[in-house]
Amino acid sequence: MNAANYLYLSALLFTIGAVGVVVRRNAIVVFMCVELMLNAANLSFVTFSRINGDLNGQVIAFFTMVVAACEVVVGLAIIVTIYRSRRSASVDDASLLKR
Amino acid sequence: MSDLALQVGQTASPEATLFWILAPLTFLAALGMLLVKKAVHSAILMAFVMVALAIFYIAQGAPFLGIVQIVVYTGAVMMLFLFILMLVGVDSSDSLTETIRGLRPIAIMAALGFGGLMVSLLARATLGRTAVGVEAANADGNVQGIAQLLFSTFVWPFEVVSALLITAALGAMVLAHHHRIQERPTQRQLSIERFRGESLANAAGLPAPGVFARHNAVDVPALLPDGTASVASVNASLKARGDVLDPSQFELSSIDTRVEEEK
Repeated sequence: MNAANYLYLSALLFTIGAVGVVVRRNAIVVFMCVELMLNAANLSFVTFSRINGDLNGQVIAFFTMVVAACEVVVGLAIIVTIYRSRRSASVDDASLLKR
Repeated sequence: MSDLALQVGQTASPEATLFWILAPLTFLAALGMLLVKKAVHSAILMAFVMVALAIFYIAQGAPFLGIVQIVVYTGAVMMLFLFILMLVGVDSSDSLTETIRGLRPIAIMAALGFGGLMVSLLARATLGRTAVGVEAANADGNVQGIAQLLFSTFVWPFEVVSALLITAALGAMVLAHHHRIQERPTQRQLSIERFRGESLANAAGLPAPGVFARHNAVDVPALLPDGTASVASVNASLKARGDVLDPSQFELSSIDTRVEEEK
């Protein structure tokens, strides 16, 4: 088996995540799709770390995980705040600036 | 040929078997995440994808990252997601009608373009030297190797990341903090309001919900002397949710009261 297969899987997962961010409207699902994209990037990092034979890629993936955790904390707090005032978790409903 | 190819064992090596079983499942789970209607189902599929990725990390010589992936992602992040889902409403499902016309075909076209580009790019990419496995770098142990890098080359980013974590925690606390717009009324204020108000109709409190022989929960309104339902006897939020039952279904006339004769 070729280790580059992991890279193909990573590219596919990233694409699915990107489509999800554009198409889905529930803010939580959009957020999970962002997480999917970050995870796909992590898989690439780990695979490249293996192909290159050094651990820098794994350290970068570790940092990505930490940043993703921060992003989840703040993002979900924003979703809860919006839900509290608007009673909706749809990204289309928060369009006050448009009107 | 020094492309990205790194042959890991024979075609039928254990890792290949693992990959060809788990990778299609991961792909399908990710696709399902995109297609299912309910947010909870998306979350479950996402958890599956994350566990599968952890297995891939461990298979690729990154056991530390694999464990961290399970602990941080499936442990903390997914629980946070499910917690917020419970807060926002578990049955909140997306309406799948599109609000921006033509968004979905455009998104799918862009995805096909992007995915095709990535895959063809990967197929043509070359490394410029021979690929090596991570075994040599892991010689002293994966955790030790990562720790060595983390506390030498990456010590400054590591400190910055810790500041980022603290900032994020503080930010979440500030966002989640909730100011009352009005002072909470005390019992004394409520009492004064009841007796000094415009009418004394509710001075003794609002009527209790109905108590019927077959049903005595709070979702059935009590009956007034003339037989109509008392609107004030059920909670306003139950009414807003449409969870109020019709008391007429518990009337005596609608129940079969005949006693069957013993044979």
